[in-house]
Amino acid sequence: MRLLINKIFLALSIFSAVVGLAFLGWILVTLFIKGLGSFHFSLFLNDLIDGGLRNLIIGQFILAGLASLIGIPLGMTAGIYIQEYGRGKYASMIRDLSDIMMSAPSIVIGAFVYAIIVVPTGGTSGYAGAIALAIMMIPVVINTTDNMLSLVPRELREAGIALGASKYRVILDIVIKAAKVGIMTGILLAFARIIGETAPLLFTSETSNYFSLNLSDSFPSLTVSIYDLANEPEESSRDLAWAASFILTVMVLIINLTGRYITRNKK
Amino acid sequence: MEKIFQKLSLSSASLVFIILMGIFITLFSAAKPAIDEYGINFIFNPAWNKEVAIDLPTSTSLETPSNSTLTDDDAIDDEDDMIEDEDDMMIDDEDNSETKTIYGGLVPIVGTLLTTLIALVFALPIAMGIAVFLAEIAPKNISYFVGIAIELLAAIPSIIFGMWGLYYFAPIVADLVGGYQVSLLTAGLVLGVMILPFMAAITRDSMNTTPAVLKESAYALGATKFEVIKDIIFPYSKVGIIGSIILALGRALGETMAVAFLIGSIFVLPKAINDPTISIPVAMANNFGEASGLGESALFYLALILFIISFAVISLAKFYFLKKAK
Repeated sequence: MRLLINKIFLALSIFSAVVGLAFLGWILVTLFIKGLGSFHFSLFLNDLIDGGLRNLIIGQFILAGLASLIGIPLGMTAGIYIQEYGRGKYASMIRDLSDIMMSAPSIVIGAFVYAIIVVPTGGTSGYAGAIALAIMMIPVVINTTDNMLSLVPRELREAGIALGASKYRVILDIVIKAAKVGIMTGILLAFARIIGETAPLLFTSETSNYFSLNLSDSFPSLTVSIYDLANEPEESSRDLAWAASFILTVMVLIINLTGRYITRNKK
Repeated sequence: MEKIFQKLSLSSASLVFIILMGIFITLFSAAKPAIDEYGINFIFNPAWNKEVAIDLPTSTSLETPSNSTLTDDDAIDDEDDMIEDEDDMMIDDEDNSETKTIYGGLVPIVGTLLTTLIALVFALPIAMGIAVFLAEIAPKNISYFVGIAIELLAAIPSIIFGMWGLYYFAPIVADLVGGYQVSLLTAGLVLGVMILPFMAAITRDSMNTTPAVLKESAYALGATKFEVIKDIIFPYSKVGIIGSIILALGRALGETMAVAFLIGSIFVLPKAINDPTISIPVAMANNFGEASGLGESALFYLALILFIISFAVISLAKFYFLKKAK
């Protein structure tokens, strides 16, 4: 009897795992079939106005790249504070708040940036979009930096101090170097996360059909355009949306896998 | 230099606090007109963008009294009239009679909670199954690869889930259950599929914290795998598992894109599980651009409510359950 219950339970568990994986596999297969079906190399050469995706892909990378330029230094220094300087209540409060911020609804962050930047500056802009993404990224970078620095053995820090180095030199030259790989992985994962975000960009950067490097105006965004295209009645728009989704997913997965590969090699 | 660097890192850390406070204060002040106008009753009012006469007895409204004096109590029965009301509104506009537009948050709030609930009911058993499979049943190398696959799936942008849901999943569900393709049910299910990998991954991590010694002792006493899972692993990692579930719930609450494709985006209370409705993030995503004045303020009010709910849920998960689990 016990063995029977055991068998049934294991079967159920394996079954649910199969069901779950089947769903997720279904999504990927759909994405690949529809995406590859509409995929054409010329998508990389034309802008959306000519039925291509070039401006959107470049725009999305610029937005996420600019967000990283803002988010990585802020997140890393904040993580360094929590782990290296902060002692006591304040540092642990910041750590807790950063954890909460990491899970805050992304659309709310979009609304926040809309209120503080889009409204005062009089319109949507690439800057607003990048700032919204940066706010999403900062807590993730803090979390990684914090975790990775905590893995660096105390002896390394003590050795540095014993050599007469000042604390910030020890942190920058020894501790960060020791935790470099882990932090880089975390940053790549954070980048992969923000590059696929739609909700915070909807009313901050919006999107644009044209190629643009002007960050003070509506800025082309791949994800926002996918949302627009997918809701259009024409079959051709939807096909373009699938191709764009496919490219987006491949980009996100490549960045993710690169991150994992770096860590694995280290080990 | 040392001092500068220390100050710099302190100010970056404080930025987290400032941003969170900033979000709260900004949302609150942007929502202030709506808060002043409707107060707490906003949460219970199912009307949205609905014109009502200001002076009931003297107004030239063409509407029947039951439509124009929409109160919390009779409102719920009134959803049917919603579409007719919209026609009435057009006439009102032309009349330019003394009307005002009212906004209430009940429909999106209910929509948010129900989609999350459906997602949870759907995802929970499957995620538990996957977690048990990964942590205890699968051989090491299978567990490793499936584990990576699950984590990668958790990284897929949510908009992809929405598109797949709308064009491939919803038609099948609608065939099976009947009703609309865009509905509470399909939105909730797709949301469930979306949080599945996340939930499975963090639940597995919680289960893996069970010391091997405990499990081995139980096996040595002749326990079956089921008994080990039920009597050793679950009790040991219970708190962590609950924390993981709540964390996934927090993610589902604020999800915009996966739901936006499927929920139908109409401000009507669902009467059945396969009726279309709207959730807070979707209401914001679809109406922010056009809204102004009190309408925009009402959207900020919704954002504030969502922010507070998810803040509470995440704090509960992180600081009660997951802390205790450590």
